[in-house]
Amino acid sequence: MKKRGPLFALLMSITLLLSGCSSLTVLDPKGPAARTLSDTIIFSIFMMVGILAVVYVLYIYMLVKYRARKSNEGYEPPHDEGSKLLEITWTIIPIIIVIILSVVTVKSTIAVENVPEGYEDQEPLVIYASTSNWKWHFSYPEQGIETVNYVNLPTNRAIEFRMYSYGPITSLWIPQLAGQKYAMSDMVTKINMVADVPGSYMGKNANFSGEGFAHMDFEALAMPAAEFEEWVEDVKANEKDLTEEQFDDLLVTPHVGRMSFSSTHLEFSPPPEDGHHSNGHTDHQDKKQKFPEPATSEEEVEFDGEPNVEPDTSNEDSTHNNHEGH
Amino acid sequence: MKWDEFFVTGEPLIYGAMVSIVLVSLAIVVGLTYFKKWGYLWKEWLTTVDHKKIGVMYILAALIMLFRGGVDAIMMRAQTSMPDMKFLDGQHYNEIFTTHGVIMILFMAMPFIFGLMNVIIPLQIGARDVAFPRLNAISFWLFFAGAMLFNISFVIGGSPDAGWSAYFPLAGPELSPHVGNNYYSLSIQISGIGTLMTGVNFIVTILKMRAPGMTLMKMPMFTWSVLITSVIIIFAFPVLTIALLLMMLDRQFGTQFFTMQNGGMDMLWANLFWVWGHPEVYIVVLPAFGIFSEIISTFARKNLYGYTSMVLSMLVISALSFIVWAHHFYTMGQGAMVNGFFSITTMAIAVPTGVKIFNWLFTLHRGRIQFTTPMLYSLAFIPIFTIGGVTGVMLAMASADYQYHNTMFLVAHFHYVLIPGTVFAVIAGFHYWFPKVFGFRLNERKGKTAFWFIIISFNVTFFPLFFLGLQGMTRRMYTYSEETGFGPLNMLSMVGAIGLTIGFILLVYNIYWSTRYEPRDKTGDPWDGRSLEWSIPSPAPVYNFAVVPEIKQRDEYWFAKKEKRSLFDKKIEKIHMPSNSGKPFVLGIAFFFLGFFVVFSWWSLAIPAGLAVLIIMATMSFDRDHGYYIPAEEVAQTEKKLRGDTV
Ligand code: HEM
Ligand SMILES: [Cu+2]
Ligand SMILES: [Cu+2]
Repeated sequence: MKKRGPLFALLMSITLLLSGCSSLTVLDPKGPAARTLSDTIIFSIFMMVGILAVVYVLYIYMLVKYRARKSNEGYEPPHDEGSKLLEITWTIIPIIIVIILSVVTVKSTIAVENVPEGYEDQEPLVIYASTSNWKWHFSYPEQGIETVNYVNLPTNRAIEFRMYSYGPITSLWIPQLAGQKYAMSDMVTKINMVADVPGSYMGKNANFSGEGFAHMDFEALAMPAAEFEEWVEDVKANEKDLTEEQFDDLLVTPHVGRMSFSSTHLEFSPPPEDGHHSNGHTDHQDKKQKFPEPATSEEEVEFDGEPNVEPDTSNEDSTHNNHEGH
Repeated sequence: MKWDEFFVTGEPLIYGAMVSIVLVSLAIVVGLTYFKKWGYLWKEWLTTVDHKKIGVMYILAALIMLFRGGVDAIMMRAQTSMPDMKFLDGQHYNEIFTTHGVIMILFMAMPFIFGLMNVIIPLQIGARDVAFPRLNAISFWLFFAGAMLFNISFVIGGSPDAGWSAYFPLAGPELSPHVGNNYYSLSIQISGIGTLMTGVNFIVTILKMRAPGMTLMKMPMFTWSVLITSVIIIFAFPVLTIALLLMMLDRQFGTQFFTMQNGGMDMLWANLFWVWGHPEVYIVVLPAFGIFSEIISTFARKNLYGYTSMVLSMLVISALSFIVWAHHFYTMGQGAMVNGFFSITTMAIAVPTGVKIFNWLFTLHRGRIQFTTPMLYSLAFIPIFTIGGVTGVMLAMASADYQYHNTMFLVAHFHYVLIPGTVFAVIAGFHYWFPKVFGFRLNERKGKTAFWFIIISFNVTFFPLFFLGLQGMTRRMYTYSEETGFGPLNMLSMVGAIGLTIGFILLVYNIYWSTRYEPRDKTGDPWDGRSLEWSIPSPAPVYNFAVVPEIKQRDEYWFAKKEKRSLFDKKIEKIHMPSNSGKPFVLGIAFFFLGFFVVFSWWSLAIPAGLAVLIIMATMSFDRDHGYYIPAEEVAQTEKKLRGDTV
């Protein structure tokens, strides 16, 4: 019984630590998918702390008890081939732990790969998220609008991001809403999420994509459905259409602020959607040629050190600049 | 081609590096000439085929690379220590983390391990050399040529900058048209060929050259770990060879294996890279397990607990290491089932690893533990590596990895595995086997001071990164803004990195100090060791064993000491030795130039260099060198001198 003391203390302190960790973005979820992940992570931390505790207790015991001292100077340690029973024990117990973790993993992976529980009957809102150079393009086919470097989301609505890239592999990540997934040039990947708390969340590219990578973040702003509709209407009424020419220019520009358009690029540059790693006959292939070569030493691209989330006033949408920032 | 296209111009950091390289090279040339050491250098080192000397050269090169990789590391930590730092720009940072990763894994950790295995394996199995001594020299010089080629990239031409994993299409010709990533494909290719040959060499050495009576299950654990590692090498490295070849074709010949157009598949690169890359981490960590096993049982003064299960667990780990690679891209969109499979195989590796941890702990049980410097590193390994292991299991859970992937959490994890698992091991092995090679120990007090610096600073450097990852800080970010809140923990990590630097400087200082002042060891067995390498005098003579011992059990030497019998009561006979050769060194130089010319696609120079390589190889294959004999009397004399009088 006594041996359980330190273990218990350790678990308690971890619990306290974790409960006070709303500053740890990943453990401060604002939607069911991220919540599943956060729960999985916290569960695994408990298991791992348990394992660590066993190893540490044994370790300290061995070191304290069997260190060379003056008093055991002449002591000859015995020959010890090992014990079948003990060795089997410390094989079986980890196997059981791995089985438990496997079940949790498979379940939670399936859960986050699908529309979150309770939202299955909704038609998800589809948003295409593509990357070029160091910016994000978000296209809303249903609404017929497109944004650059920010994305607005209605709360309590299933959302399906579809990602692809006009250049290097990137990764869409809004840690408080869902885990990340790659955006690649030859296929479309999907993330399902729901935001059930309105707010402004950090979104970013999590996969290294070259020189401007560090600035490749965006704001994901979750708002009640009515407000979202209002915003859509506002964009449609007040923003220009996105022309193919303008889009091509945009692809070449390394770094821009926020933009909004009342049409999407999907019509003239469709996503590589026909299957996994299709053999490169998709229309969006020709746009990739327009992807600019990275800066050479002469035409060095200068970054101003300002992350994308800083609103670019010329294109800023007028209704929502009251977010908290992060 | 103009000079400014060839050299990187207008960069103070690089001018600094150029100047210092020129000065150091000049100093070396002047020094060698002044002390008339050119002949010595050539005869004793550059042309040597002695496994011990080759081992020493590996270790020396690895130490230099540790320094280079360490400077990169501290520059990165300095750049990210505060929000909006302006020390390095984005491009520089990208080059530095790329070279840091490549150098640490391929030009530091692996060669350091190879150095120790070169020095020790023949001694542990009672052999006079490795199976193919000249091939061994070729391996070394190819590694060295590759390492040098990689290192000059910083000074001329520009370094690779797409990360050590060099994902396509970013590393491809469309997005990285400059030569940086050519250096990547060619230097790793050249040293990789050397590595593959080392794998072959050590498999044959261990299977064929063991002392009579030493069955596989009587081999020391380090020898076992190297045997298994060598098998992993010969399975994993050909994949890398092909991947790098395709990369070169894509970059320099316009093929489209991994590009964005014409059916190129970026994820094919990722798959090939990690099919090699994951086993690679076991190539550097399994020998470490072997080293710790030797040291822990020596200083607990007990035989290794659960020998059979230790061997089995390594075999299981090596098999599993080939079926986990996709855990590096759970986020590729491969679906829950595939991710589930790779999660389970990955987590399964924790089981045999756990077995090893408990066996080490029970080796301590009822022992009499001496806290020498090598033992301190081995003991520190257990709790720290366990943190690396459990966080690895956390990463293995596919769903959770959607949140950790590419974040500082991952960076923390792999440093928690690689530094205790490899760096502590090679430092421990270095302290442990140093007297065997040089005939004196490193100073214990100084060694322990460095140890405490390194251990404490290591945790200060890397533990905060777990929290930074959970806060959403991604890896490879050269800057971040104040509002992210990443500042304080990064600053803490910087403080740790300074401590680590001091620790490593103390370690090097200890080598210098001990060389001058430590008393020489006359016994050949300063630690009261268990395996055969301790049965011969220090420094080990060229022929290693005057008489090849007969083995009846594990830890034969230990029991012989206890029972006060000699392993060497047979008559000394003449000994056959391979003779030195300058060709491996020349081959290395030819490969270096071949690589260099191909980097710049200077075909009119590359073709002659390629021909030179072929010609050297051809002449080597016609060599009729039968080595030479050391006469019995000379052996007896040497033994007498080295041992005082025993034998
Ligand atoms: C000695 C102290 C060390 C420090 C302070 C250090 C620091 C760092 C840092 C800060 C990064 C992340 C760069 C980034 O994502 O922005 C990094 C990456 C890395 N480190 Fe270390 N490191 C050290 C030692 C090592 C050792 C010993 C190894 C291997 C044996 C190693 C292998 C790597 C690898 C493979 C990467 C990934 C590179 C990439 O992203 O392409 N490091 N290190
Ligand atoms: Cu893909
Ligand atoms: Cu792996």
